[in-house]
Amino acid sequence: MRGCGIRSAPGRKTRTARWRRLRALAALPLLVCPLAACGGSGGSGPVSVNWYNFPDDSGALQKAADRCSRSSGGRFRIVYHKLPRTADGQRQQLVRRLAAHDDAIDVMGLDVTWAPEFAEAGWIREWTGQAKRQAGKGTLAVPLRTATWKGKLYAVPYNTNTQLLWYRKDLVPTPPRTWAEMLDMARRLAREGKPHRVEIQGAQYEGLTVWFNTLVASAGGAILDPSATKPSLGAPAVRAAGVMRDLAHSPAADPSLSNQMEDQNRLAMESGTAAFELNYPFVYPSMKANKPRLFKSFGWAPYPRVDADRPARPTIGGIDLAIGAYSPHPALAFEAALCLRDRQNQLTAATAGGLPPTLRALYDDPAFVKQYPFAKDVLDALQKASVRPQTPAYQNVSIVVSHALSPPSAIKPNSTVATMKGQIDDALQSKGVIP
Amino acid sequence: MSAPPRPDGAPPPAGPRTGPDSRAALSAGARQERRLGWLLCAPAVIVMVAVTAYPVGYAVYLSLQRYDLRFPGRAEFVGLSNYGAVLSSSYWWDALWVTVFITVVSVTFELVLGMTLAMVMHRTVLWRGVVRTSVLVPYGIVTVVAAFSWQYAWTPQLGYLAALLPDGSAPLTEQWPALWLIVLAEVWKTTPFMALLLLAGLALVPEETLRAAMVDGASPLQRFTKVIVPMMKPAILVALLFRTLDAFRIFDNIYVLTSGAHRTGSVSILGYDNLFTALNLGIGSTISVLIFICVAIIAFAFVKLFGAAAPGAEVKR
Repeated sequence: MRGCGIRSAPGRKTRTARWRRLRALAALPLLVCPLAACGGSGGSGPVSVNWYNFPDDSGALQKAADRCSRSSGGRFRIVYHKLPRTADGQRQQLVRRLAAHDDAIDVMGLDVTWAPEFAEAGWIREWTGQAKRQAGKGTLAVPLRTATWKGKLYAVPYNTNTQLLWYRKDLVPTPPRTWAEMLDMARRLAREGKPHRVEIQGAQYEGLTVWFNTLVASAGGAILDPSATKPSLGAPAVRAAGVMRDLAHSPAADPSLSNQMEDQNRLAMESGTAAFELNYPFVYPSMKANKPRLFKSFGWAPYPRVDADRPARPTIGGIDLAIGAYSPHPALAFEAALCLRDRQNQLTAATAGGLPPTLRALYDDPAFVKQYPFAKDVLDALQKASVRPQTPAYQNVSIVVSHALSPPSAIKPNSTVATMKGQIDDALQSKGVIP
Repeated sequence: MSAPPRPDGAPPPAGPRTGPDSRAALSAGARQERRLGWLLCAPAVIVMVAVTAYPVGYAVYLSLQRYDLRFPGRAEFVGLSNYGAVLSSSYWWDALWVTVFITVVSVTFELVLGMTLAMVMHRTVLWRGVVRTSVLVPYGIVTVVAAFSWQYAWTPQLGYLAALLPDGSAPLTEQWPALWLIVLAEVWKTTPFMALLLLAGLALVPEETLRAAMVDGASPLQRFTKVIVPMMKPAILVALLFRTLDAFRIFDNIYVLTSGAHRTGSVSILGYDNLFTALNLGIGSTISVLIFICVAIIAFAFVKLFGAAAPGAEVKR
């Protein structure tokens, strides 16, 4: 992609221009990109806007890129580049290239936890004026918060996601409202020799941080204080850690809890050994396709509460689109990003790719509701949802949180939270070793 | 190459032989030769400084700073506090312990298996080429590709090796089984390399000496322990040195098999995570420098304590 950056140095024969030419010469043998992909300031043909996003297998993203290219009237052409499959791999590629001031990144899909980091480092552009107004129009508030850092908007929400409680209606006539109720039901089912497990993400990875964040927020607390410079934690965190430990020590725990991620949870639920599952909506079409018999009694309910009198605040996930700070044509990039997440494209991504949209209006759209019978519950959850700690050091914070809580059966609420507090303090100051 | 003036007064290859000025003339000639030597070395030295000394020096410099890739403007000099942070962290000692375990166990297995393979290759009469080539196949496969094959093979419901285990076992998700599988992948991969180095050493053992030992009534075991091994010692030590240094820096197999989860991370994995995930250039460089020091200690110990010959140096018998 760098090879595509050969531009004629206009007028001045400065040292940099000569250097650039030398560099271009050196890159000649490496020039493997087809000429067609070398848009830019050539003058003829549409400008290429490079969109880096997670790899999508449904074809919805490519369709959106094509649609926006067509509707630009020949001004730009969006080239969809697939980032690595894992979130860590995606972030590493983007960070490595942006730290080197790579100008080939125009639009990029950021995980909802990355905007503060990229913004603070000066790698993405602030959204202002008309583009900002358009980005906020009709967009759900909580996803918009993930794209905001220090009161400024740095990205536009593309898709969102959140967890619901999935349960077996044949085993549990009324879904539990709280964690305590759910564990009681599981114990009762275990005594009756029926499937009773609670499937949740207990492996030492981001999913464990998400679980903890949801519980802390549901208990009325937060991992970081509002200024995002110090850990907050406190009593709600101890309460949250207690809930995790209680599950791990109850018959509801899956034997491989400490290794489970979303997909293992889905498989366990489909195999019929579990009564409850805390997971994202992708489990619904999967159950329908794989286990039509179990699907008949597959129900959903809001995420269980920690305290009976306080609504649960599930953590949101998703992707925000940001504009690269070194993009040579930012105006077109902003326009392209807005087009990529417009109503039509979000509907395609939701129905073909299963990605919950960030535009409020789509939750009433019959085409979407048909595919997402639980659209109303997802919308309710999104409106009460919590976001993960917003700090440029999020990655470091998340790693120490998931390490401190792994395995869940070894949690000692008070001391675990105390250890975590010290490590988060270090992580926020780029001090200390991360595991 | 000319030798420096020798105390025993042996005649130098060039220069006047007699008279009181001979010493001065000799030094002039030697000086000239030495200068030529330096000139001839210079290109190599410059390249080495550029590609090795500079990055090493820069890593040492970074390790004395609090430096976050995201905020280059906020870098500050912190002296040795990064070293304090790493050396007082249990993660470093865990990783070091894992690394030492993998190094010692895998190199031991490789030495034994490599020696066996070398003997087989040395003694094979039939299809020598085929035997030697097929032994080298694992070494020729890209490590990451081989590691992915192992990973799939050990994944429940997917791999043929996992299918041999009791139901529901996922060996890569527990510390001890995963460590042994990492060692297995390492041994499978690098035993051929060990065997090749040892084969070169075996070729050094003269056939006559072995025959003489046989005539003197030495049993096969005695011939191996009293003749072959002592004569191969330099080759064995060089092979051990190479492999120990390699094994200590293990990264790719772990990265693919477990990515360091379940306390299977080596020091290199720890350094990588701190550099590329935490983007903490200070702490990450500190870990790199510490790995460099460990490697230097290993090399020093081999050379000084066991008398391994440095690669390229003349082997002393």
